[in-house]
Amino acid sequence: MTTTAERAVGQPIGRVEGPDKVRGAARYAAEYPVGDDLAYAWVAQSPVARGTLTDVTVDPLVEADDVLAVLWHGNAPRLAEADDPELAVFQSDRISYRGQALALVVARTLEAARRAAATLQLDIEQEPHDSVLRTDHPELYTPEKVNPNFPSDTASGDVEAALAGAPVTVDVTYRTPPLHNSPMEPHATTALWADDDLVLYDSNQHPPGVAASIGGLFGLPADRVHVITEHVGGGFGSKGTARPNAVLAAMAAKVTGRPVRLALPRQALFSMVGHRTPTIQRVRLAATADGHLTAIDHDVVEQSSRLFEFAEQTAVSTRHMYAAANRRTGHRLVRLDMPTPRWMRAPGEAPGMVALECAMDELAVVLDLDPIELRVRNEPSVEPESGTPFSSRHYVECLRRGAERFGWHDRDPRPKQRREGDWWIGTGVAGATYPTMAQPSTARVRRLSGDSYEVSIAATDLGTGARTILTQIAADALEVPVSQVRMRIGDSTLPRASVAGGSSGSASWGWAVTGACRSLRESGREEATFDSSELIKQQEKDGKHAFGAHFAEVRVDAMTGEVRVSRLFGMYAAGRILNPRTARSQFLGGMIMGMGMALHEESVLDPAQGTWVNHDLAEYHIPVHADIESIEAEWLDEQDDQLNPMGSKGIGEIGIVGSPAAILNAIWHATGVRVRDLPARLDKILPHL
Amino acid sequence: MDLVVNGTRRSVELDPRTTLLDALREHLGLTGAKKGCDHGQCGACTVLLDGRRVNSCLILAITLQDSSVTTIEGVDHPVQDKFLEHDGFQCGYCTPGQICSAVGMLDEVSKGWPSAVGDAELTDAEIRERMSGNLCRCGAYPNMIPAIREAAAR
Repeated sequence: MTTTAERAVGQPIGRVEGPDKVRGAARYAAEYPVGDDLAYAWVAQSPVARGTLTDVTVDPLVEADDVLAVLWHGNAPRLAEADDPELAVFQSDRISYRGQALALVVARTLEAARRAAATLQLDIEQEPHDSVLRTDHPELYTPEKVNPNFPSDTASGDVEAALAGAPVTVDVTYRTPPLHNSPMEPHATTALWADDDLVLYDSNQHPPGVAASIGGLFGLPADRVHVITEHVGGGFGSKGTARPNAVLAAMAAKVTGRPVRLALPRQALFSMVGHRTPTIQRVRLAATADGHLTAIDHDVVEQSSRLFEFAEQTAVSTRHMYAAANRRTGHRLVRLDMPTPRWMRAPGEAPGMVALECAMDELAVVLDLDPIELRVRNEPSVEPESGTPFSSRHYVECLRRGAERFGWHDRDPRPKQRREGDWWIGTGVAGATYPTMAQPSTARVRRLSGDSYEVSIAATDLGTGARTILTQIAADALEVPVSQVRMRIGDSTLPRASVAGGSSGSASWGWAVTGACRSLRESGREEATFDSSELIKQQEKDGKHAFGAHFAEVRVDAMTGEVRVSRLFGMYAAGRILNPRTARSQFLGGMIMGMGMALHEESVLDPAQGTWVNHDLAEYHIPVHADIESIEAEWLDEQDDQLNPMGSKGIGEIGIVGSPAAILNAIWHATGVRVRDLPARLDKILPHL
Repeated sequence: MDLVVNGTRRSVELDPRTTLLDALREHLGLTGAKKGCDHGQCGACTVLLDGRRVNSCLILAITLQDSSVTTIEGVDHPVQDKFLEHDGFQCGYCTPGQICSAVGMLDEVSKGWPSAVGDAELTDAEIRERMSGNLCRCGAYPNMIPAIREAAAR
């Protein structure tokens, strides 16, 4: 055994699967050859937001064109009860949102399936619907918990008295629109039954979870469902659990006795697989004249569907960001005739920190205090609500070091002071935070012939770099070079892994991989398995967060109101960085999605139809090459031995937290225009220039 | 009908509704070109048709009798190594389209085709403008630009 191997963790090693990806050899869910009898499925979606489906008929001429089956609730196999009502496809005649799957055509060819689905006659009894989120909605209620298990409301001290008695207050309402994850690979499943076992090539963030939930629906134990997820074309939360495509493909394969491929069309991703809820957030801050907060109040109104209570934890990050004696946070929901919101990158933190960090900027303006200094003055020594000490918190260092690197010190605090040609130029700052989590997982390592080792865990790599990082972690724990480690992930039959979500993948899977590899090395055995459940159960959960600071420089066209982000910079304190190459890409990717949130992205509601009208990539605008100018990420060398064996914090989501607020604050500084309703489209800026 | 794909003549029987993208992915076993939107909005399906970059989802295969198609499986270009060197991708789903598009774009530049930016040299702004038909949701754009710039210089 090599005992002098250089440590692999911390090295900028290239992605293990990189060569396959640049040669088109990496296979995604809809790309596996599964036999000549492969059939194709296409979904017919509801054209109404609420009602009942009474009948489905297919034109006989169309049916003759290679159609094998048309499934709907009138003839579909019965499924066991689903934890997620969105998965109970074709089990009832109820229509709960526009875009809901109502029927599925299975045909010998893709073209035939698509045409038949488009020409199905759907007999529907339509009912009036309600799709508009508003703060005076009579059906607003306080959910028992917000995701994943936080109290909806928290309060301490006397917020109203503090606000009434403070020399300086801010009372602002920010709105964030519905947002769609829009991974480049649409959700897809290829399903086949082998005897009574089900094989699913499925694009998801959690193969064991998909195996368990699909198995449950079809009355199979999880080990009879084999989910293969070798490569995933992005998820950003929308593939965290099984989505209806997996159920539909499995059902179609069962009915037709053939392998069935169902790749959702892009438009279907805007209704069937989730989105980020719109939010309306009122933030009230009270401060002393020298900028010490005396009260923080963050009240959130957001939505869910008729099917399912999904309560985004929008105000939760406000509970630990800043010190203040009097504080309150709360969430209220209304259930609308709309698709169910789901996770989207940094659920809770991303929209919540827009409101808090823009409100802090507004307070700094009223106080005539530098926005960085305001934040520094309100740095808490422990978690303000729980009283738990932070395992590590270097927020102030991120602000200070970031300010140096960005060039903040000679900033004129007054708005609309700098003009170059047609452009107004300004800069803005905002804080970032994301919880540090780990979830129970199991890994196995085997010594192969020669000097190599096979490490197995049912994790997934959505482009995060997980496969590469786990290879590095395993190499160090085995004390061998990375070339001697063969990493197997992306398969539900491997030892059980937690979801690739909550920025917890590296911590959770790395913990199990470290345990298994150390056990093998120390025992000298040929195989070892490690389950992290007990260690994680014993761990303190509070007080563990990554922090960061985002800095933006924008220029705003004085003639058109167009905003360009000239510079975007992130400084992070996120524990030990396991691979600087993939980490930098994760940070930058989050910041770019944050730029989209600030400037471009919104799903536009048509209340008459109960639908988002811009349901494709031509009209739902994500950032493109031409939107990017100077963008960079750096990090502090943060040591924290209370987290996991690697000392790492999650980095996949923090880049989208606060970066939108930094851009909005920079727009104010450039123009004096405060946009409180995202995104900052030019029509919201131009009338005020 | 016949198509020349990556230098090899292939005979294939197709529905007249079949797009070039579906012909490649579902009939010729070439899944390197990706389906991201099927509407010419994302660029993931970009291939080279008689040397020019096209969105293969927007072309009916039947219109291409005897045409020459190069997919990512047939590309061997410095831009691929540069993507690896610069971490020019994350999930990899837009990557074949980005690479085919970059190869086609560099050829357009060498022929003097103009862009909306109008720089005389192949500046980063030029590359960004000319590559903006290829979306990347992971946000790997900052790493693709130096990769393409350095590949162009080789």
